[in-house]
Amino acid sequence: MKENTISIISNKKMKSRVEKMAKVIFQCCATVSVVAVFSITLYMFISGTPAIFKEGIAGILFNSVWQPTAATPSFGILYIILTSIVGVFLAICIGVPIGVFTAINLAEIASPRVKKIVRSAIELLAGIPSVIYGLLGVLIINPVMFRLELWIFRDSTTHQFTGGANLISAVFVLAIMILPTLINISETALNTVPDEYRKSSLALGASRMQTIFKVVLPSAKPGIISAIVLGVGRAIGEAMAIVLVAGNVVNLPAPFNSVRFLTTAIVSEMGYAQGEHRDVLFTIGLVLFVFIIVINLVLTYILKRGDQNG
Amino acid sequence: MKKVLYGVMILLLSINLVGCKGASAADGDQKVRMNGSTSMEKLVNGLAEVIRDTYPNITVEPQFTGSSAGIESLIMGTTDIATISRSISDAEKEQGVVEHAVAIDGIAAVTHLSNPVDTLTKEQLIDIYQGNIRNWRELGGNDQPIVVIGREAGSGTRGAFEEILGVPDTFRYAQEVNETGAVIAKVASIPGAIGYVSLDVIDDSTKVLAIDGVHVSEETIKNGSYQIQRPFIMATLGSLEEQNINVQNVFHFIDSKEGQQLITSIGLISAK
Repeated sequence: MKENTISIISNKKMKSRVEKMAKVIFQCCATVSVVAVFSITLYMFISGTPAIFKEGIAGILFNSVWQPTAATPSFGILYIILTSIVGVFLAICIGVPIGVFTAINLAEIASPRVKKIVRSAIELLAGIPSVIYGLLGVLIINPVMFRLELWIFRDSTTHQFTGGANLISAVFVLAIMILPTLINISETALNTVPDEYRKSSLALGASRMQTIFKVVLPSAKPGIISAIVLGVGRAIGEAMAIVLVAGNVVNLPAPFNSVRFLTTAIVSEMGYAQGEHRDVLFTIGLVLFVFIIVINLVLTYILKRGDQNG
Repeated sequence: MKKVLYGVMILLLSINLVGCKGASAADGDQKVRMNGSTSMEKLVNGLAEVIRDTYPNITVEPQFTGSSAGIESLIMGTTDIATISRSISDAEKEQGVVEHAVAIDGIAAVTHLSNPVDTLTKEQLIDIYQGNIRNWRELGGNDQPIVVIGREAGSGTRGAFEEILGVPDTFRYAQEVNETGAVIAKVASIPGAIGYVSLDVIDDSTKVLAIDGVHVSEETIKNGSYQIQRPFIMATLGSLEEQNINVQNVFHFIDSKEGQQLITSIGLISAK
């Protein structure tokens, strides 16, 4: 029995072999993600750039007419880019106050029982597949929006009615979807603020709210900002939920317009696109990819600066 | 050593196999070149696939450059069959192009069940989709804004609908959906919505509009009274009897039970 058992403490030769093998395996695993990132980057640039060379940067990025299948096609994605930027910005505007205040509640104020309930709700929220958010948007937000639209534009002669599929619906869905990310990371940031800060502040006579807003929040700022940046990353990359609620027509991102995001532009037309149309969809992917990279660089920069400050 | 031997054997075997296949392809494979409408891509690709069950040595080589380009290459002799999704003009017929209608593509306009409007004219339909008519009131219905739902660019149904109405790329959609089923679902749930779908997916959840007073059915499409339809034509240069046996076999296959099954399975109506 003893002869058959392989033990790393059995003998020196065996031991060094195991050590080497383990090292090789770990290194292989580490290279997988590096290789993946490099091949994705390479692939995105290879497949995304031909259309740019053909149409010119201005013809794609600064042109607002999207008619990919017309006799003289036009591949302007300006409105699509604007929609992604405006939509994500608005979602952050709604999501951040809710998220940060929830985090403050969890980290500073709530009793253990409340904490438990809220936290399990957030965990559940994080686990719901994005397509479910989309379905709820279709069932709940869109009809409400349609009523609102009918009421607001009842005398309008130019408004195109969209049946409630518009920018606001998409923003609401996105805002709810980024909440778990915002809350979890903000709460971690608040929890890392040393207790001495709070105690000193309270000892100096500051009230609890004064302590939270003047002492705890400022010292947790880098963490909260990285929560926001991650939230932006999640929102800008979301496709499944908003393809159902946004209407998917290339329009200027006005609140009650049917709009198309970068992600949904790819999702909705990839099925039958051919030739240059397909190439431009890859270019949209490239634009999205560049957005995500920029967001990640900003995040790394913030985290680094936070480290230096701390 | 043993491994190397195995490797060499496998290599030899595979070369052998490839060789055999290549040889038989050169002997028995008969190519039929088809060129034309992108709308007929589904039909032609389906044909290329299932025809091999009946005629194993016919290889259909499809290209999709557009109906007119298809006729052009037919006349030039660079293709055997032109696939065309419009009617053939007299000028084209004079050049020896002979049409064989294989299928009909029909599209139904659908609206919400609560909508009292039963029929539209083609012109009204165009006005609705271009945004000139914006309320069902203008068409004798309720005071309800029209929500214009369509398919995404590149969809065959959208291309057909816009082409049949004769005004491609002028429509202003309120929602673009990337599936036929989703069009039905949207139209069924939004009061005042209008959408278009291919005939095979119509169900009871939406109301099908008559066009110029004609209800859509296989019969009205075949006799031509229902207007939102277009023919799928496969044209040859000269009559069918003048073609080589493989081209004739392609048409035989389309007339056969399997060919007709293919046509109905992709949502088209047989021209027979």
